[in-house]
Amino acid sequence: MTRHLKVDAPIPDSPLDHMAQGVLGKPVSRLEGPLKVTGRATYAAEARPDGLLYGVLVQAAIPAGKVLSIGDAPGALAVIHDPRLIRYAAQGMATEGPTAGPDQVEYMGQAIAVVVAETFEAAQAAAQALQITYEAKDVPVDPEAVEPERPEKKQSATGDLDRAMQDAAHTLDQIWHTPSHTAAAMEPHAAIAEWSGDQLTVRAGYQMLATSREQLADALGIRPDQLRLLAPYVGGGFGSKLGINADSVAAAIAAHQLGRPVQVVMTRQQVFDLAHRRSETRQRIRLACTADGKLTGIGHEALVSNLPGVSFSEPVTQATPFTYQAAHRQIVHAIARIHRSCAGSVRAPGEAVGATVFECAMDELAETADIDPVELRLCNIPDTEPGTNRPFSSHKLAEALREGASRFGWSDRRPTRQRLEGEWYIGMGVASAVRVNSLIESRARVILQADGRAIVETDMTDIGTGSYTILGQIAAETLGLAVDRVEVRLGDSDFPPASGSGGSFGAASSGTSVYLACAEIRSQIAALAGCDEADLTLQNGQVRTGNVSRPLDALLTAELTGDGHLEPGKTEDTVRQATWGSHWAEVAVNRWTGEVRVRRMLGVFACGRVLNEKTARSQCLGGMTFGLGMALTEAMEHDPRDGHIVTRDLAEYHIPCHADVPPLEVHFLSESDTYVGPLHAKGLGELGICGAGAAILNAIHNACGVRVRELPATPDKIIAGLQD
Amino acid sequence: MQISLSVNGTTHDLTLDPRTTLLDALRQHLGLTGTKKGCDHGQCGACTVLLDGRRVNACLTLACMVQDQPVTTIEGLGTPDALTPLQQQFLDHDGFQCGYCTPGQICSATAMLKEIAAGWPSHASADLTGPVAVTHAEIAERMSGNLCRCAAYSNIVDAIRQAAEQQGDAA
Repeated sequence: MTRHLKVDAPIPDSPLDHMAQGVLGKPVSRLEGPLKVTGRATYAAEARPDGLLYGVLVQAAIPAGKVLSIGDAPGALAVIHDPRLIRYAAQGMATEGPTAGPDQVEYMGQAIAVVVAETFEAAQAAAQALQITYEAKDVPVDPEAVEPERPEKKQSATGDLDRAMQDAAHTLDQIWHTPSHTAAAMEPHAAIAEWSGDQLTVRAGYQMLATSREQLADALGIRPDQLRLLAPYVGGGFGSKLGINADSVAAAIAAHQLGRPVQVVMTRQQVFDLAHRRSETRQRIRLACTADGKLTGIGHEALVSNLPGVSFSEPVTQATPFTYQAAHRQIVHAIARIHRSCAGSVRAPGEAVGATVFECAMDELAETADIDPVELRLCNIPDTEPGTNRPFSSHKLAEALREGASRFGWSDRRPTRQRLEGEWYIGMGVASAVRVNSLIESRARVILQADGRAIVETDMTDIGTGSYTILGQIAAETLGLAVDRVEVRLGDSDFPPASGSGGSFGAASSGTSVYLACAEIRSQIAALAGCDEADLTLQNGQVRTGNVSRPLDALLTAELTGDGHLEPGKTEDTVRQATWGSHWAEVAVNRWTGEVRVRRMLGVFACGRVLNEKTARSQCLGGMTFGLGMALTEAMEHDPRDGHIVTRDLAEYHIPCHADVPPLEVHFLSESDTYVGPLHAKGLGELGICGAGAAILNAIHNACGVRVRELPATPDKIIAGLQD
Repeated sequence: MQISLSVNGTTHDLTLDPRTTLLDALRQHLGLTGTKKGCDHGQCGACTVLLDGRRVNACLTLACMVQDQPVTTIEGLGTPDALTPLQQQFLDHDGFQCGYCTPGQICSATAMLKEIAAGWPSHASADLTGPVAVTHAEIAERMSGNLCRCAAYSNIVDAIRQAAEQQGDAA
């Protein structure tokens, strides 16, 4: 039986609060952890079917134009440039394959062919030796050199911002630039494709199996039911594995053509070119406030880019309309159509760069108005969503700011450039954290075996987020079992389709579907026990009704199955759902070299119910560290002549390393959001990055007086601003 | 060419393309996929294995170069049912998320603790000649060749410190 829930109304009383097992929320170590720490967890390119061949992708060496000819490849079995090869990766949740036809080149580095050989070494050598001729054409690659699109529905204005700026006691009007960013998940994109008759199995790194199956089937011209996707372990995603990429399409076509299984693994450099980039942004922020810091005007204008015809555009201003109150407001969203690599979702699309820049602007306004940055934020928090007057599902920004100030020791912060220790200026910075929240339709099946062990099956993925563990905890809690009595099976498209991992919606969406499946089984247990469900207590494999307690396995004569089906409902519209928090950073800036060392960071977060204290904290650490990279080191530099990514490996694109990251502190506020389903849990995979970089940039200013508005804040930019 | 590799105490005779790296020999020819390929250019550390007990990037090592040296991979360091103390600390401290860099981190840390015990100084060491203290800064400096995009860094350092303390207690 299927237990279905559409979240049309708040659920004030969470049934999970009345369960007896006591395992939900606890810092349970990852269930799959022993496999990961011993190297036994198997990722995409880690199966070895008999007769496996190796495919290496070939990339275009022109920014745009036509492929005229591709030569032979001595030593290779085949050079394949099938018209079904896709030009760029699918966007997350798309239900069709992306534009195909590799002979038309849209950006430097586009995959145009795959070379297949008996060994990886032979395939790589043949791919490198391939002679290709092109007819190149001139295309724009600079977002600021073209007239951008301004889609009407992405613009909004209330009141008269220009007038508010004229009349205000204090104003700010500045422009920031953020460079292209990349997810840089540690596992490169990879696929192994194997046909059996007209049935295809693809083992790949995917975040969302159900929609990726539709995309890949569409790209290959087969039915979705001919295709099985496997992604039991995914070596990180951060948005880059939301949709299918060239690896799986190429592997499937090659395997079909050659009649043998084929593996295609992208090189690290190919991952930089072919995984979606986060668009570079130009952001103009205008703020106006009264003498006592009340905002009267907010303007946020964003310029982003993407390839012609690609619908995704970085939603930079997503949280701006509801984070702070002001009577006069303007949002501008412009999209430059240029031929850099395809842009798409990278961890927290929108707020990652939008909230970060906005929180830098708030810091500048606080300085101009001579108001403490925490106070400026506190006095502008709206009671209801500005513009719509919808209530917030919950709102913890003020508490996050107050709690963070106290925990971080904010009162010790000195005025700008007033703390010098040896050759290091020391400063502190703060930023608000905000990220929209949503649920996505999700299904799961739970089987309670006659021996009292449970199996959870869903095509949900665990990309490092902790899905295996929290889904096991939810099932254990609801069925009254020790967590080691639950087996969680994920990452197989034969299982019921889940939300997948993306947009911070995975835990709450997939978790609720698992809860619903277990709730269905509880009803069946109550029927077997002959009691009202309300009188049923399940704990440690025992079934208690009134004063009678008996073992669960003694009650079961056969296995019980429950299906769970969650759909988002009216609470998506009746309330504004978001997660909230605050970021705090202390930095040291070298007065001679401009080097910035982050000395400590604190994140205070409210994300509804915390499902696992340990894995939730790790998600936040990851987000905060992404923010550190954004603030200080990360930039995909595009060649101004042809748009190609110059910093396309891990020695040139600097993700934070051990030595960059100080001890980080995470504190969760107790929160229970009743509008997001029975779990009362919201997402937090992205909240940690939203604003973290601003806390660091603001701390740099507090330390040494330098404002860096061209991210990242590398030493050359700091030195240029230092006064001594 | 004919190549003989000693991996985790077992000798394997292989016929390999001479261009084959130790990393590809392990992953594609011996099925030891615990050693990960993150960049194939010595930039990420995911392929770290132990060669005669010392840490090396398997992607920058040709298989034919190491025929007379014992190789230890993550598969040789413990099993899911019998974790090494360091693996247990990684599990307890959540010193990983996606798990892809984890075998490299653990192999690297295993050798790194021996380097500290042997008194090898680093950029973070206060004194080039005295014993090395197992501090956060010392571990972070020495582990910086192992990238982790999930950014379990502070948990990894905690796990290593705890394992080092246990080793110290045992010694």
